[in-house]
Amino acid sequence: MLQTTPLHAKHLESNAKMVDFHGWEMPLNYGSQIEEHHAVRQDAGMFDVSHMTIVDVKGADAKAYLRYLLTHDVDKLQVAGKALYSGMLNEAGGVVDDLIVYYFNEQDYRVVVNSATKEKDLNHLNKYAEGFDVSITERPELAMIAVQGPNAKEKVGSILSDAQKAAVEGMKMFFGVQAEDLFIATTGYTGEAGYEIIVSEDQAAALWDKLLAAGVKPCGLGARDTLRLEAGMNLYGQDMDETISPLAANMGWTVTWEPEDRDFVGRAALTELKATSNEKLVGLVMTEKGVLRAGLKVKAEGGEGVITSGTFSPTLGHSIAMARVPKTVGDTVEVEMRKKWVTVNVVKPSFVRNGKSVL
Amino acid sequence: MSNIPAELRYATTHEWVRPEGNGVFTVGITEHAQELLGDMVFVDLPDVGDEVSTGDDVAVAESVKAASDVYAPISGEIVAVNEDLEDSPELVNSDPYGDGWLYKIKAEDEAEVENLMDAEGYEASIDED
Repeated sequence: MLQTTPLHAKHLESNAKMVDFHGWEMPLNYGSQIEEHHAVRQDAGMFDVSHMTIVDVKGADAKAYLRYLLTHDVDKLQVAGKALYSGMLNEAGGVVDDLIVYYFNEQDYRVVVNSATKEKDLNHLNKYAEGFDVSITERPELAMIAVQGPNAKEKVGSILSDAQKAAVEGMKMFFGVQAEDLFIATTGYTGEAGYEIIVSEDQAAALWDKLLAAGVKPCGLGARDTLRLEAGMNLYGQDMDETISPLAANMGWTVTWEPEDRDFVGRAALTELKATSNEKLVGLVMTEKGVLRAGLKVKAEGGEGVITSGTFSPTLGHSIAMARVPKTVGDTVEVEMRKKWVTVNVVKPSFVRNGKSVL
Repeated sequence: MSNIPAELRYATTHEWVRPEGNGVFTVGITEHAQELLGDMVFVDLPDVGDEVSTGDDVAVAESVKAASDVYAPISGEIVAVNEDLEDSPELVNSDPYGDGWLYKIKAEDEAEVENLMDAEGYEASIDED
């Protein structure tokens, strides 16, 4: 029995092709995922991300707990509403999940983790809460809609109340604010400006309809994947998992090593891996015909690697990928494509930002 | 339910075949096949003049989701390919039985077409999937 979000009927109304996404029946596309992709790069698109897991972390020790749980030090969060991207690790230094944490005050945080890993994540959160004065509360009654694209903020603005408009006015990147019945955050998974909006499940469909009427195009998981990959953003389970350290997943920047006396789950193992690990995540670009796909073998200077995510980039018009390769990798690698080896270029894992190529 | 024109013949591997006269047949992939594959991004076509045998992989339809071989439903010589697909592979999605055709083949033995499925047979074969 597949789980559905409060927007399930809305997807069917818009003729979505529905698929099983880790136990959730979600829209893959509403006709053409490439058109949806372009809508987000050029105008405004919206995604139902209600399947994601929203967890509120509150209590006297909330800050100390999250400083122990997460690689990225929440002590960096000093302004109410500010958000942080982080990984949480197991004791071996592998990535249990990646997440966004919002700070309201030192006793009040909101964490958004992936849906596919929900049970594992909640167990992990609860396991390490022992000894801390915190409450960990999942919020399954909340839905979430991501509205992304150069015109996303303007189109959302057209349906907000005056108080909500005032609340988000001038809000910088990576902030969130509760504005009346909506939690509105300047976060996303596309490399475009926009909002992620958390709304109660009984109001989700009405919000979806208002956004639709404001000219926001519904977009499915297909476009979500090509957009995030163009933006160089990791997908948990593909670009990293429990056997991969953040250092081998382009998440080194999310590990706060200072102060040295801040212990966090996995720190000891990660410190060792920092000295010994010889892998990194890079971007690959192939301008000739064909599409790089996850799982394809890569031959690089210094050894072999693997493509972790690969797709056709609708914005660039050719294939792009992320690959985990030896650190000694040069400017090109060889990829085995349909029984022959093809030379492709190595770049930083980021391809498109704000509608434009960054290659 | 996808569109399966009654006047065409079909291979189990989701190609359709339309007689154009003089032993020439147009080949494409079915609406059902393009639905399974999703948005097309590249189509690799054979060369005009290629001699192909039934079951040979002669073209590749590459979508956002996967690369899929397209087979020759009959033996013969490739006499034309749809060059519009070079710039507009999405024609395979938007008009699979029309502007999204892949190639034309001059049959070695026209009777071979009679071995292919009719619309009803193809519909039954995809219902089993």
